[in-house]
Amino acid sequence: MRLRSAIAFAAIALAACPVLAGEIPPDQRRSGTSFMAPATRAIQDDDTANPGMLFALDGEKLWNKKIGSAGKACADCHGDVAESMKGVAARYPAFDKAQGRPVNLEQRINLCRANHQRASPLAYESHDLLALEAFVAKQSRDIAISTGDDPQLSPFIEKGRDLFMQRQGQLNLSCANCHDDNWDRKLAGSAITQAHPTGYPIYRLEWQTLGSLQRRLRSCISGIRAQPYDYGALELVELELYLMSRARGMKMESPAVRP
Amino acid sequence: MASALINVPKKAKRGDVIEIKTLMSHIMESGFRHTSAGDLVPRDIITSFVCRYNGAEIFRADLFPAIAANPFISFFTVAKDSGKFEFEWIGDNGFAETASAAITVE
Repeated sequence: MRLRSAIAFAAIALAACPVLAGEIPPDQRRSGTSFMAPATRAIQDDDTANPGMLFALDGEKLWNKKIGSAGKACADCHGDVAESMKGVAARYPAFDKAQGRPVNLEQRINLCRANHQRASPLAYESHDLLALEAFVAKQSRDIAISTGDDPQLSPFIEKGRDLFMQRQGQLNLSCANCHDDNWDRKLAGSAITQAHPTGYPIYRLEWQTLGSLQRRLRSCISGIRAQPYDYGALELVELELYLMSRARGMKMESPAVRP
Repeated sequence: MASALINVPKKAKRGDVIEIKTLMSHIMESGFRHTSAGDLVPRDIITSFVCRYNGAEIFRADLFPAIAANPFISFFTVAKDSGKFEFEWIGDNGFAETASAAITVE
């Protein structure tokens, strides 16, 4: 009798739980753009209406500006941006041999400033860093994401995946609980989306400015009432790395607009 | 120097109704927000926008604190003559920016 009721209880409990969807099959992957309202999509599709392009314009000025004690501009080493930076954002974060760890695009820009321009690093989420990032990322538009080709990245992608699947915070939610299992549903009226970072840095209407993937991750982490990692933390880069490798083959759309 | 993006058709037929789109970079700080220390963040917004078509004013707008950052202003006019559209944004703290775009009317 006791066994039977236990089985009945287990059956009810199972029926009440949504089936865990697991990772999204490649043919069902969708960019965040496809979840947006037509009005928001119209802003992204028009380069003279997308405010992210204002940052890319500023980034172009910075690209050509000589700075630091080396007196060099980005253009002095890299030359024509359309050639040299084409597809670069689509393969970041990438492994940095000197540091022995993956670095994202912002960190790469600051490493370049330190090593080659002999200039002070730009603060995370500062206007100039985002502007440079937007200008570089724009050169990869419509190029398929290829992050994770380097075998040295595998252990870091694995760690990022573990973090994505790890329940955390006072709400005890993992990233996967929303973005793998419930991406076709809404949270407080907003689409949940599949968490494919195709358009970073993004101009988020809620932020009223351009922001990095790390900013987005940090707000998600505080949303589940967990303590966000600091900007530049290895954990965030690993998470970025996993998300980008999960979006392999999807087209870049930086600088994208999001609600 | 703030960045601006202007979208004016390069060519139009005389009498055509054309759309003009402008995007100006500006933080549009409302003046109602406080810092974490409790101090008021002073207002810093664009207060007015003007468009002139070959010197004649064809569009004017006043802007207010509730307008989002990087204001996007779009409007329509009739293509009359070839020439120049001039745009001017004026705001708090001496903010003054101009931009222009040429049009050929056939």
